[in-house]
Amino acid sequence: MLIGKPLAKIDSYAKVTGAARYADDIKLPRMAFGRILRSPHPHARIVRIDTSRARACPGVLDVITGADLPYLYGIMPTTQDEYPFALDKVRYVGDPVAAVCAVDEETAEAALELIDVEYEVLPALLSIDEALAREDIKIHEETRRGNIMKEVHLTFGDMEEGFDEADLVREDTYFFEGTTHAAMEEHACVADCGADGKITLWTSTQTPHYVHREVAKVLQMPLSHLRVIVPPVGGGFGGKCEPFAYDFAACLFARRHGRPIKFTLSREEAFLCHRGRHPVRMILKTGVKQDGTITAVHLQTFLDGGAYASYGLATVYYTGALLTVTYKIPRYQFDGMRLYTNKPACGPKRGHGSTQPRYAFECQLDRIAEQLGLDPAEYRKRIAIEPESTTVNGLRVTSCGLVECVDRVVESSGWRERRHHLPPGRGLGIAISSYVTGAGKAIYWNDMPHSGVIVKVDRGGGVAVLCGSSDIGQGSDTMLATVVAQELGVDISDIRVHAGDTDLTPVDLGSYSSRVTFMAGNAAREAAGKLRAMLLEAAAVLLNTSPDRLDAANRRIYLRDDPINCVSFIEAAQKAEATHGTLSAVGSYTPPRLGGEFKGAGVGISPAYSYTACVAEVSVDPETYDFTVEKLWVAHDCGRALNPTLVAGQIEGSAYMGFGEATLEEQVFRKGLHKTPSLLEYKLPTIYDTPEIVAMHVETMDREGPYGAKEAGEGPLNPVIPAIANAVYDAIGARVESTPITPDKIARAIKEEQRRRVSTPSQPQPQREPAPALATETARVAGASSREVTAS
Amino acid sequence: MDKQLMTFTVNGETVQVAASPTKTLLEVLREEMDLTGTKHGCELGHCGACTVLVGGIPVLSCLALAVEVQDEAITTVEGLAHENVLHPLQQAFAECGAAQCGYCTPGFLMSGTWLLEHNTAPSQDEIKAALAGNLCRCTGYTKIIEAVELAASRMREAAEATAAG
Repeated sequence: MLIGKPLAKIDSYAKVTGAARYADDIKLPRMAFGRILRSPHPHARIVRIDTSRARACPGVLDVITGADLPYLYGIMPTTQDEYPFALDKVRYVGDPVAAVCAVDEETAEAALELIDVEYEVLPALLSIDEALAREDIKIHEETRRGNIMKEVHLTFGDMEEGFDEADLVREDTYFFEGTTHAAMEEHACVADCGADGKITLWTSTQTPHYVHREVAKVLQMPLSHLRVIVPPVGGGFGGKCEPFAYDFAACLFARRHGRPIKFTLSREEAFLCHRGRHPVRMILKTGVKQDGTITAVHLQTFLDGGAYASYGLATVYYTGALLTVTYKIPRYQFDGMRLYTNKPACGPKRGHGSTQPRYAFECQLDRIAEQLGLDPAEYRKRIAIEPESTTVNGLRVTSCGLVECVDRVVESSGWRERRHHLPPGRGLGIAISSYVTGAGKAIYWNDMPHSGVIVKVDRGGGVAVLCGSSDIGQGSDTMLATVVAQELGVDISDIRVHAGDTDLTPVDLGSYSSRVTFMAGNAAREAAGKLRAMLLEAAAVLLNTSPDRLDAANRRIYLRDDPINCVSFIEAAQKAEATHGTLSAVGSYTPPRLGGEFKGAGVGISPAYSYTACVAEVSVDPETYDFTVEKLWVAHDCGRALNPTLVAGQIEGSAYMGFGEATLEEQVFRKGLHKTPSLLEYKLPTIYDTPEIVAMHVETMDREGPYGAKEAGEGPLNPVIPAIANAVYDAIGARVESTPITPDKIARAIKEEQRRRVSTPSQPQPQREPAPALATETARVAGASSREVTAS
Repeated sequence: MDKQLMTFTVNGETVQVAASPTKTLLEVLREEMDLTGTKHGCELGHCGACTVLVGGIPVLSCLALAVEVQDEAITTVEGLAHENVLHPLQQAFAECGAAQCGYCTPGFLMSGTWLLEHNTAPSQDEIKAALAGNLCRCTGYTKIIEAVELAASRMREAAEATAAG
């Protein structure tokens, strides 16, 4: 059985020898190089662009501006609001304005300075509050009201009744700071074009299919004449999920000049491309009975979207959709709003849109547990959602190992014995979460499969697997090889995976929303299953028996009751080929019809949900308030772990990234300028900073997942942040209600807590961080500032 | 600036290239010698992805001028395996799942092999000290530390076997 074995990734040997060829490692004859001119202003009208000086520069082949590609694009079909290069306006510092193609990178870079752009600088909106307050300044003319990109209002059940029933109603405000992916590989691409006008684009993307669609659209060419190939990708985390200016520019230059061209971004440009975690202000009102039973939850979110839509339409829905899949919530109201601001566009980052409200909810539940005198771990188990249930917003939950996850982290961390017996300044915190196993709908709605796989068996015993998926390091190629090898009974070394090539491989929607194992895995299993049937049938003829008495393993097909009686895989393959002709089979996966009948029901649905629990231990220095996360225990219900090493790697990597967001990372701006656009200034955890992480699998067998598998790539990030926040409270008795949690915020929280204790000796009051909204639009919101109501 | 003829010893081979003296070692390795195993993540000396050994010592090749290291023996990730047999640390990285996206891996391998050259039984703190200049975004470093420990123990066993044999 290969399933469940800790096999090395099939691409790991190429990666440890330096042989893996990433996008920037590609070198083609006559290759030219491109660089991008970016806006120095957060908001400005382009009055005039003159490229003549740059064009005259020796070695410069071409210069393009917005006018060369005047077609809108955008990853979500209904919110397309971007041009590859600014047409009339720039909307953030870093917005692409022009591109130069030259014989080498230095010439291209130098020529950027020779492009003359005259700007009329406009007032910039740089925060949620500014975007709400200044309806007179419009970042996009198309928005109906002010700078609201999208507004969502959903109510499930009678909220008034819900809060009336409650014995305790808490309302708290939280703020989650934006963060970026900072994948180690800077974005890069190479495009080439033949005399027939057919273009090949090698690009570091998580979503070749979506890039294929958008680039062909903007280049005004048939999809059939564009081929997108994904080389190994040096990390994505959501940051490489859509086409970027360089993709369009490279293809246009290649088409005009009939030679290959490469774009490689600098680290600073990678920070400006962003599409990372949205800063979100959340106002969360929860009603509970005396025993903790939730009666109603009302969540309001305000997303600082940056200059363009990106995935923001999905993100705003995601901030509401997944709050309901962990606990029994009988009534739920969600009001979300995404605003345009003059900063790099936000988009999906690991945990897409669910990370921020999960942080808020788990922190608030910690307060509620404390007020009700309940153990936070036991409390979570008491109100946990049950397997095979439906949430109030119509999400179908199948397998659910949430309670087991809580038990595992409680036991392994010594929660019960240690929690109230730690030395001063040391604390334990717990939080849980859930995440989708693949979005139930494609970015563009259609009835076609979400994933397709072709498996081909040759008469020499080799097996080729073709799938449009994109291996960004998570191991999707290895997953495909494992599933096919398991079905056909061959060694994993007999499999070659060809992925992410829109000419050769059937569509897979891409490496986002934790969808690949579930969807491509099921497609691979179906394709390989068809071949297995043909091979068993052929072997049955050779062995003079019936196929149902046969099994396949170790490159042999044998009688289950008499394994000595067997034929080799190659013999069976040749017999099958003689009978059926060339051996190949296709498989595909389409998610079941899921979800409610309301507008927005398409976000949050998924064929399965993963569950995670985390306990964090922190220590806070009583004088400097510098704090250390000592250890993280993370238990994750991934369904079945197809490869425990890779699952553990995803849990550890997620926990690390969550730790970074909880304690260090922030994508912040001053007057529209990125404050920390380098890997030194943007604080991401080094090997010294990162705490010990104990990763545990809780295996539930999901009935629809391949061999019972769900996801592991994103879900484990979410509980880490609130677990750390709750541990900080346990350590010092004051709550920091914004991320990242830093010593200065702890100091302020302690001071406020002390002041409060002097004035009101009763329950601790929630704090605002930052101050509630100031605009008239949010008067309703601001009026409902943090309070705690104890109903009689 | 005009190109200049330079001679290097890289992975045991003598290589001559014509390059501008303003070029970094990283640029010369990747662009002039096609040794693209050495990666770049910042070109500012922040991330460690471009680490190579110069005279046996880990150096950030994005901060070293190629012209200045002509007399030194340079080792890149392509030079770690001998006759297609992996260095124990490469093997351990593959087995432990220490290379996810793999982009930072060459840099970690260079810092790591230097450590194992000088310390056959490094503690976790010593491993962290040796690798503190290398950033990884995928693994949370857990499996990287495991891989270094595994390689160290295998190298010790091999050395003991050789000594005994």
